[in-house]
Amino acid sequence: MAAFAPDSTREEKARLDDAFSKLYKAHLRDVYSYSYYRVGNHHDAEDLTEQTFLQAYRHFDRAQRESDGRPLRPWLIRIAHNLAANYYRDRSRKPQTPIDEAGAISDPHTTEALVEDRDDLKRILGGVQQLPDDRREALIMRFALGMDNREIARALGRTDGATKVLLHRAIRQLEEIVKQTEGPTEP
Amino acid sequence: MTEHPHDFVVGHRQFADMESLLRRALLPVEPPKELQARLEGTLGSLVDMAAEELEAWEISAMRDPRNWARPVAAAAIGSSAAVGLVLVRTQRRRHKRRGEADNAVDLLRRTVRDLAREARRVADGVF
Repeated sequence: MAAFAPDSTREEKARLDDAFSKLYKAHLRDVYSYSYYRVGNHHDAEDLTEQTFLQAYRHFDRAQRESDGRPLRPWLIRIAHNLAANYYRDRSRKPQTPIDEAGAISDPHTTEALVEDRDDLKRILGGVQQLPDDRREALIMRFALGMDNREIARALGRTDGATKVLLHRAIRQLEEIVKQTEGPTEP
Repeated sequence: MTEHPHDFVVGHRQFADMESLLRRALLPVEPPKELQARLEGTLGSLVDMAAEELEAWEISAMRDPRNWARPVAAAAIGSSAAVGLVLVRTQRRRHKRRGEADNAVDLLRRTVRDLAREARRVADGVF
C-alpha cells in the first residue's frame, strides 16, 4: 500500500525507539533522584519523572539530531528542571516536606552507629534546601547524579566557567549555613 | 583528629570535607518499582499505538475505505492507553481525596476534578 510509510521510515522509527529505551534505562534513576531532591517527596517526584520521560519521548528525534553525539543526560535533566519550575509556578508552592523526613536519608543511614554523623548529614541536607535554586540544583546534579561540570553547564544553560564558579560558591555558602545552624559551642 | 586541608571547623567540632559529606547526604534515590512498571507501560503503549502509522498516513489514502482499518485501530489503542493512564493516576490519589473530603458529595466532586486534571495532563503529555 503506497499510502503507508516506506521501510526506511519504519527502520528509523525502530532505531529511535530502541535508542530511547536505552536512554530511559540508563537515566531513570538520575531523573528520579533529581526530581526527588527538587520537590522533596516521592509522590510528586514520581509525577515529575513520568512527565519528563513523556516529554523527552516527544522531542527525542530532534534532540538526537542536534546532540552531535554528545550525551543526552543534560538534556533530560533540563527537561526535569523546566517541568519542576512549572510545577512550582502553576501551584504557587515550594517543597513543604523536609527531604530527610521524606525518606531519602533515613533508609541508607539507619545502620549508621554514629548519631552525630547522621545529624551532620541532616544538617547538610537542611542547608542544601536553604540555598538559592541554581546553587541547590548544581549541587544535586554534581553529588546525587555525579554529573561533571560540562554536563551541569549544559543542563543549566551556562558556560563551563560559570558552572565551576556556581559550584564553588554553593559549597562555600553551604559551609556558612552549616556553621550557623551549629550555633555557639563550648571551647 | 588529623586535620585534612579541606575539612572545616565549627566551634570545637571538626567536620569532614564538605564534598564528601555532600556525596553521602545526597545519595541517589532508587525509583519505586511501581513507577518503573507504570512508566514502561505508558512508554510501551506510546510506541505500540502505531503513532508512525498515523503520522505517515497520507490524506489521500483516506479516500480509499480499504485503508481505514489501520488508523482506526491505532487511534483506538492510543485512546485506551491514555484512558488507562488517567484512571491509574486518579486511583492513586484516592486515599488523599478520602482524607480531605468532608462528605460523599465533596468526595465525588474531588474525584471528578482529579479525573479532569489527570486527563488534561495526559493529553498535554501525549499530544
